[in-house]
Formats: sequence, structure tokens, C-alpha cells
Amino acid sequence: MARTKAQFKINGGVHPSYHKGLAAAKAIADMPLPALLRVSMSQHLGAPAQPTVAKGDTVKRGQVIGEAAGFISAAVHAPTSGTVKALAPAETATGAKAMAVDIEPDGEDAWVELTTHACWEETDPKQLVEIVADTGICGMGGAGFPTHVKLSPPPEKPIDTLIINGAECEPYLTADHRLMLEYADQIAEGAAIIRKILGAEKLIVAIEDNKPDAIDAMETALKDMKGDVTVLVLETGYPQGAEKQQIFAAIGKEVPSGGLPMDVGAVVENVGTTLAVWDAVVNGKPLTERVTTVTGFPVQTPGNVRSRIGTLYSDLLDFCGGTTGEVAKVISGGPMMGFAQHSLDVTTTKTTSGLLFLAPDQVSEFTSMPCISCGRCVVACPMYLVPSEISQMIEAEDYETAEEISVLDCIECGCCAFECPAHRPLVQHMKQGKSHIMLKRRQKKG
Amino acid sequence: MAETETKTVENEALRIVSTSPHAHSGSDVQHIMLDVIIALVPAFLVACFFFGWDAIRLTFACVLGCVAVEALCRKAMGRDLGIADLSAVVTGILLAFNLPPSIPTWMAVVGSVFAIAVAKQVFGGIGYNPFNPALVGRVVLLISFPVAMTRWSQWTIPSPIGTVDAVTSATPLGLVKTSLLSSGTLPYSFDNATMLQMFTGATNGCIGEVSAAALLLGGAYLLWRRCITWHTPAFYIGTVAVFSAILWAVDPSHNMPPHFHLLAGGLMLGAIFMATDMVTSPVTLKGMAVFGIGCGVLTMVIRKWGGYPEGVSFAILLMNSITPLINRATRPRVFGHARKKTPDKK
Repeated sequence: MARTKAQFKINGGVHPSYHKGLAAAKAIADMPLPALLRVSMSQHLGAPAQPTVAKGDTVKRGQVIGEAAGFISAAVHAPTSGTVKALAPAETATGAKAMAVDIEPDGEDAWVELTTHACWEETDPKQLVEIVADTGICGMGGAGFPTHVKLSPPPEKPIDTLIINGAECEPYLTADHRLMLEYADQIAEGAAIIRKILGAEKLIVAIEDNKPDAIDAMETALKDMKGDVTVLVLETGYPQGAEKQQIFAAIGKEVPSGGLPMDVGAVVENVGTTLAVWDAVVNGKPLTERVTTVTGFPVQTPGNVRSRIGTLYSDLLDFCGGTTGEVAKVISGGPMMGFAQHSLDVTTTKTTSGLLFLAPDQVSEFTSMPCISCGRCVVACPMYLVPSEISQMIEAEDYETAEEISVLDCIECGCCAFECPAHRPLVQHMKQGKSHIMLKRRQKKG
Repeated sequence: MAETETKTVENEALRIVSTSPHAHSGSDVQHIMLDVIIALVPAFLVACFFFGWDAIRLTFACVLGCVAVEALCRKAMGRDLGIADLSAVVTGILLAFNLPPSIPTWMAVVGSVFAIAVAKQVFGGIGYNPFNPALVGRVVLLISFPVAMTRWSQWTIPSPIGTVDAVTSATPLGLVKTSLLSSGTLPYSFDNATMLQMFTGATNGCIGEVSAAALLLGGAYLLWRRCITWHTPAFYIGTVAVFSAILWAVDPSHNMPPHFHLLAGGLMLGAIFMATDMVTSPVTLKGMAVFGIGCGVLTMVIRKWGGYPEGVSFAILLMNSITPLINRATRPRVFGHARKKTPDKK
């Protein structure tokens, strides 16, 4: 067990105002069961789950209500016991519509029968992966990549490094920070489980240096762990928590373009995901809840709330006392990569890390200007792209050139647009370009 | 429950939905231009001290001319006036700084018209102009009114050599050029007294270029405010230093020393304020370095072998023309891509 400073410096990045003090000191609070839980079948990247319940069915907590549809997909479970009230398409945080199961809790919160594996050390890794798949765990930090997929690398891609991502570089968000403070031992055990599954020799827990208490907590929790175990202290900066950047900061290897972390022998799991794996394996519990940071200056009592998957945003806000001031913008996630909401009638998913309310003075309206070629986006881009040029290509609908100059490598972190003095919608252009090119590719295939 | 409270949030939040990021550094074009203007204040004050009324007259003529022409052009094209971004003010100041003190006001206005109407708005306005507008304005005037553009005030040389007059109405660079052409000798020695004069600005030249001290101060401000990076000025000035040092080492009797070339003419103004013009210079750091080196080489080639005593304007304009090529050639290697180009698999 060692504590080291990150040796490798990521390129670019920005230093937004973090405002983590709003919620960092607030212990995780359990939100009581709301009147309604609307569980989306689209919890993550990849194919949405297929509903397995019908209107009127009674369900128990942890019962499968949507089964994985395809390889990159994860099962969805009932977040509490109750009655299925409706099955209808509902809007998700991204604005897309997906089938959702409405459950009216019966208040019992009765679990299905759970199979625990307290002595997971003797369990076959393959069986552990099955548990992870069956409990519907997916990445809880970002896009929500199904975890069991990450944990089943093909044999020709051996994993030597497991990185537990506790960077939490998004401003405002403190959920992962709280998890590390309050559940350090469980996260450590979860990391040990994942390490066993992968057969990874190295375990690195990466935390930004603006969370010294979390660094201490994780260090204490990991001190008796055998083998090559490191708490890696990252310089605070955005996007230290981005997967590719974190791998580089930790082991100095670049994930090849279009490739996956496993191509450089690494797997990154968010601390929340790691805790979910622990809960799934040791307690047999499917993923039915998560901690969401409800924060922002207009919120009465910002905090870190553990609520069931499928909780309405409006209920989350009510639990935090509603708002005191005017709200100009509501964001699902953090301010750098989160999704702006046009309604609070949206429910949480396994990836809802935060619910952020911005006051009018934090939201600026502007007209974007032509690019003045200042080059700040080039300096800020952690992927070494030239966002200004790509953006101009996409504006001119020259997708071919945009692809040539690597628009597909964009991680949409938002550093370029954060810096742009001309207020150009750079990320919007990137997203537009990427989806256009991907669509073309699919059409070619199909 | 708190139903009503939630409702108000919804109504308000409904209005603004946009793509991430939802945070911004707070910088904008107007503030960058304002910083450039602030950075030009020391040089303006020095100009006022040495050239008095002429400095004020030319600066105001050019600024008003540029802003008015910008507004007129935008209006004629049916676009918003666009003068709030202050870029026309910067162009005006820089154009004035590149004019000799005695030039008539109407010529300064002609320069402003060319700078804004021809060099900027014809191409689509801010962001689209390939050439530095102020330098286009200056070069148009230099070619159209060569006499007015080379009429300087008086300058007392501390250490003249041979038959050269101690008081001259040529610029330091101009005197060197004519002396070398006519008699093949250097007109004066570049001792500490001369150096100090050229550092502070007690010399002949365009109103904004004389004082290296004031321009360096402005440059430091721009660096501190992150309006420029060090790459362009450092590589520009460094190249001039190395180039002139080599010439001087080879033949000190026909070449001025490198520190003369650093302080003479428009190098500081050009390297700090003109070559760093965002729109017309490369976006990559490597590109900025290449741009600076190119400017330095061209400046020295013109100073040494060209028909004009000073080459900063032409050097920067020539490099402006290949900025898109530099951008293409200096794209960074993207994260996760092979270091060396692998054969195309298409």
C-alpha cells in the first residue's frame, strides 16, 4: 500500500469553479420512498432493457423488471416492492424517450430472496461476473457502460491494472466523495472483488487532491490489502476523472483511438460502481439505488441523497427542501457534461450522479461569434484535438474532413467550449459531427 | 406538498436548455480586446510624451475611422454593427502606432478605411480576415504615400561614426540602410547610450513602436491575462536575435549587433501585438512557434537584403498568408493515435 502523486500529466483541461463546498460536508441522506417510481428501461449506453412485467403485476424489490437486450446491456430491477401501474415511453435525462415502468410502492420495501456471497474469495470469478451482470450494475460515474462487459475482457487482453475512479472532477458533485468517506471499507472490498475477477495485479485508487479526507479514508481502508496497491493523488483539474485521461495519469499509457481501456491492460471503475459490486456480491443486492448530489445555490439544503432508481427529479428537490431562489437552469449530472432539463418530470437512472440547479446569474445568454482563432480550445483539449477547426468543418457540413481530423476522438468533456471567448457551441458541433458520422457508418453497414 | 414550489422551478427552467458544458470561463472577445487596449496604454503614453499632439491626433483619427468604417460596412451589409467587440478599436490603435508622427490626418483615415473595409469586412468581419487589418492599412499607406510615410522627426545620435550628422531625421534602421548603401559603413556605434535611447523610446520611428520598454510592459500584461502565449513573440524575437547575431559575428563592420535589431524599428510592436493577432496567426502552439520563426527570418532578410529598411510589417503579412498551412501542418498528434503515421488502411 502506497500513496503516490500522479507522475503523468494529462494534456490541457480547465479549472472551473468547483462549488463542492455546497454539499461536500453533507452526510449521505436516505430519501424515503416516494409515491411513484418510474424506472426507465434505458439506464445506460447500449441497448435498452426489455420489460418483463405487465401492468398490474406486483413486484418485490430487486425483482427483474427489464432484462438485458444484447451484450452491451444490463438488467433493470424493481427499486422497491409494489404494483406496476403503467408501462409507457417516458423522457429520459438526455431528452430521448424510452420505455419506463411505473411502480407504486407498497411501503413494505420487501426484497426478493437474496443470495449472498460473503466468502467471495472462494467463488469462481466467472460466477462473480454473472452476479454483476444479474444485479444490473453499470458504470455509475458517466455513461453507464454495463460493468459485466468491462469485467469480461477477451482472453487475449489480459488486465494488469484496475483503477478505481474517485476523481470526481465534475464541479459541484460530491456523491463519490461522500461514498469514499462513509463506505471506504466496502469500496476497498469491492475493489478487491473486481481485482479478483480481472486477475489484475495492480490496484490504483485515483482521487483528486481536493479531497484529502477521502484520500486518507481510502488509504486506511486499503492499508492491509496485499499486492501492488496505490492511492494515486491526482492534481485537481477537469477532466482528471475522464477514463482515458485517468488511465494516462495513472500508468502513462494512451488508450488507442477507437479502442478500449482493456487494450492497454486497464479497467476503470467508478467508486460508486465499486460499492455496487460489493453490495451485489456480498449482500446479493441488485442495483436499485444510488447517491445523487442535489445541489446548486438555489437549493434550500443541498446534499447527497440516496434514492431509488426511478425517483422523480421533483421529488428529489422536494426532499432537499425545494428552492429558495430563482432557478434558471436544471442539469442532470455536473455542469461540464450534464444534460439540461426542460422539466423535473424526469426520473433518476443508475447514472444520475447529480441534479444541479443554477441561479440566473450563473447562466449566461450569448450569441456565438465567428472563431477568432485564439487557440484556447487547442490548449484546453485533453485529447489534443483542434476543436476550432473541427467545429468550422462541421459548420460547413464537411463531415469527411471532420472525421479526418479526428472528431470521433472527442470525449465531449466541454473544456473547449468552457474556454471559448467567442462562445462557440463547440461541444454541440462535436456531438453533431459524431452522430452524423456514426449514422453514416451504420447506414453503410446496414 | 411543495407542489407549487416545484412548479415555479419548472416554469423557469423550461426556458433555457442547451448542450453541455453549462459552465464558462467568463472570457469573451470584448474582454480580450479590452485587455489588448490596456496593454497598449504604456506605449500610447510614451508616444504622447515624445510626439505630443501628433500621437493623440493619429490615435484618435485611426480609432474613430476604424470604428466608423466598421459600423458603416456592417450596416451596409445588413448585419449587426459588431463594434461592441472592440476589435476595430484595437485595429485603430495599432494602425496609428504604425504611422510616422507627421502624417496628415486624412491619410490616417484612408489607412483606416483600407484596414477595416478591405482587409476585414470584405472577408466577412472578425474571425475571417486572413491578414492583419492594421498592417494592411499601414502597407497600403506605405506604398501609396512613401514620402509621408517616411518623414520622421529629429533624433540625436549619441555616437555617430565618421561624417554622419549627430542629428538626423532618419530612423535608426533607415540610417543604417542608407549609410551601408552609400558608403558601405555603419553610421553610428551601438553603445549603451544609444541602446538606452532606443529602449526608452527617445528615437525616430512610428509613434507606437519607439519604446521597447513600454511595449514589453504591455506584453507582460498580455501574458499575465493569457491574451497571448509566449510562443509567437519569443520565437519571433529569438529568431531575429540569432539571425542578427550570426550576421554580426561574421561581419561586424557591416552589421549592427543583435541587441540593436531587437530594439530597432517595429520588432517589439510587431512581435508582441501584431504577430500575436489571434485571427491571423496559427491556433496551435507549435504553429505559433513556426509563425514566430518565419516572421523573424523574413524580418531579418528584409532588413539585411531588402529594399526597405524595416521588414516587420511585410514579414507578418507574408506569414499571415500561410497561417492556414501552418495550422494544417502542426495539428497535434491526437491522444491514442500512433506517433508516426501508419500506412492508411483504407
